Amino acid sequence: MTRKRIGLYAGLAGLLLVSPAVLNAYWVDVLNNVGLYAILALSLNIILGHAGLFHMGHAAFYAVGAYTTAILNTSFNIPVLWLLPISGMMAGLFALLVARPIIHLRGDYLLIVTIGFVEIVRIALINNIFGITGGSNGIFGIDRPMIFGFKIRRPHEFFYLIWFFLAVTVYLFHRLENSRFGRALNFLREDDVAAEGSGINTTHYKLVAFVLGAIWAGMVGTIYAAKMTIIAPESFNFWESVVMFMIVLLGGSGSIRGVILGAFLVIGLPEIFRGLDSLSAFLNQTFAVVGLNVDFKNFAQARMLVFGAAMVIMMIFRTQGLLPQLPRTYPLHKLKAGRGAK
Amino acid sequence: MSLLSLRNLTKTFGGLTAVDDVSFEVAGSSIVGLIGPNGAGKTTVFNLITGNYRPDKGEIVFDHRSILNLPTHKIVSLGIARTFQTIRLFQNLSALENVLAGCHCRMKSGSIAAMLRLSAQRREEKEALGRALAELEFVGLGEEAMNLAKNLSYGKQRLLEIARALATQPRLLVLDEPAGGMNDQETAALIELIRSIRKRGVTVLLIEHDMSLVMRVCEHLVVLEYGAKIAEGDPDAIKDDPQVIEAYLGTEED
Repeated sequence: MTRKRIGLYAGLAGLLLVSPAVLNAYWVDVLNNVGLYAILALSLNIILGHAGLFHMGHAAFYAVGAYTTAILNTSFNIPVLWLLPISGMMAGLFALLVARPIIHLRGDYLLIVTIGFVEIVRIALINNIFGITGGSNGIFGIDRPMIFGFKIRRPHEFFYLIWFFLAVTVYLFHRLENSRFGRALNFLREDDVAAEGSGINTTHYKLVAFVLGAIWAGMVGTIYAAKMTIIAPESFNFWESVVMFMIVLLGGSGSIRGVILGAFLVIGLPEIFRGLDSLSAFLNQTFAVVGLNVDFKNFAQARMLVFGAAMVIMMIFRTQGLLPQLPRTYPLHKLKAGRGAK
Repeated sequence: MSLLSLRNLTKTFGGLTAVDDVSFEVAGSSIVGLIGPNGAGKTTVFNLITGNYRPDKGEIVFDHRSILNLPTHKIVSLGIARTFQTIRLFQNLSALENVLAGCHCRMKSGSIAAMLRLSAQRREEKEALGRALAELEFVGLGEEAMNLAKNLSYGKQRLLEIARALATQPRLLVLDEPAGGMNDQETAALIELIRSIRKRGVTVLLIEHDMSLVMRVCEHLVVLEYGAKIAEGDPDAIKDDPQVIEAYLGTEED
């Protein structure tokens, strides 16, 4: 069963790795967006999926990372990839400052305050705070990333940068999940009074979850800034936060494979509908037969409707997401056998 | 010197005095029962000890140091572990992971060690697993390790809470109605378990309504009524105390 699953994952990864060879620039760019959102959603997954904190302000941390990169790169010409850790740290620091006073809030109260994060950051950026954010026009002329003298410019090149970053993220987060830290987050999600009563410093772990999630979102911000070369406040609005939230809940809270699937569905599916004319024409006709005039060519515009409906159905029939978190496995037999031998 | 001493504890909720100037001592390596009618303030006393509530007045000293105003997780790491009256397990996690929650405060590895999977982290993880498994076996749940907490019977869930508390390596174990919802057989096994916990050198303080259990297992009893202490002593003396009988039955027996 596990070996089968590893085989499946390896197959899918291999398929993904060779896909740029057969896809055109447009579709590779779609995959790049899927990858970026997958990393963002994985970082949100630490906070929302594992710690169970209803955080809908993740775009704020993403924005801090992207703007840190943009400002430092355009003002001081620091190469963008060097700014990866710095942007992560800035986002983490920002998260620490804003999350500390509200960390005791629960559920919907926390949700509302975190929505406030995004709006405050976005409006601050529009108002050209400290005179360094470029107002509503944003910042342009951000450098492309350089690796060993090779400039990453085309979508095909970004593809490998982004999916390598995703692979590293999955590797590290998988280990994190299966550790004392990952368990502690799950304990406080399940029952934070019992977690505190079992000796877990719940406030500390909630904060660390926020900071860690923010560091990753900040680093994605760096890659996004380098990919676009221009960033503006509207790229980091409330809807971005909702999209990340949706990916996590739809795919499966606390599940890495679920979150990646969620990113493919939420980011990739609308593009497939937009791209495949014949399919959308077919769907148009099919729906016209039953008297519904839906234009699937503009599926991207209707996706809010579709995903809204999907979320409602999910919340009723499959609250844990499409690919929910699996129970951790422990080498119990090895442990018992070891003791028996003694 | 006693392990835990409560001095003049008072806690009010609005106009209600839930705990009224209560003082008592818990001697090391003893089994002490806190009894009283429903609503007498027993659980509130427990919540004061474990830092879930802050007392309005009074002092709590554990092992020569005041634990007043310490956060709960800190009190746990000092050596006071508890179970809850209404079972508070991590229902969707396995029995083993529930016990690993208790091991948490005796471990050190943080997020970075976990991501890099340092050798110290791996060793610690293995030790914790061994300890968690040993605690499960100690309470008789060795076979249930990988079952989800919510799939265990009520009595087993109570035992799992005890195993989780024991995994914090406490010096004082505070049990809030451990026999609640247990049948006679399970209660008898629980009595043996409480005795073997004491044999490990852990002091036990418990709230219980099952008088047969209290009388069989406790060496010292403290009786509360309307938040105030009305009697204290060994079980035989408490059984014949007219004030206690009146508190429980409302009138004296013939």
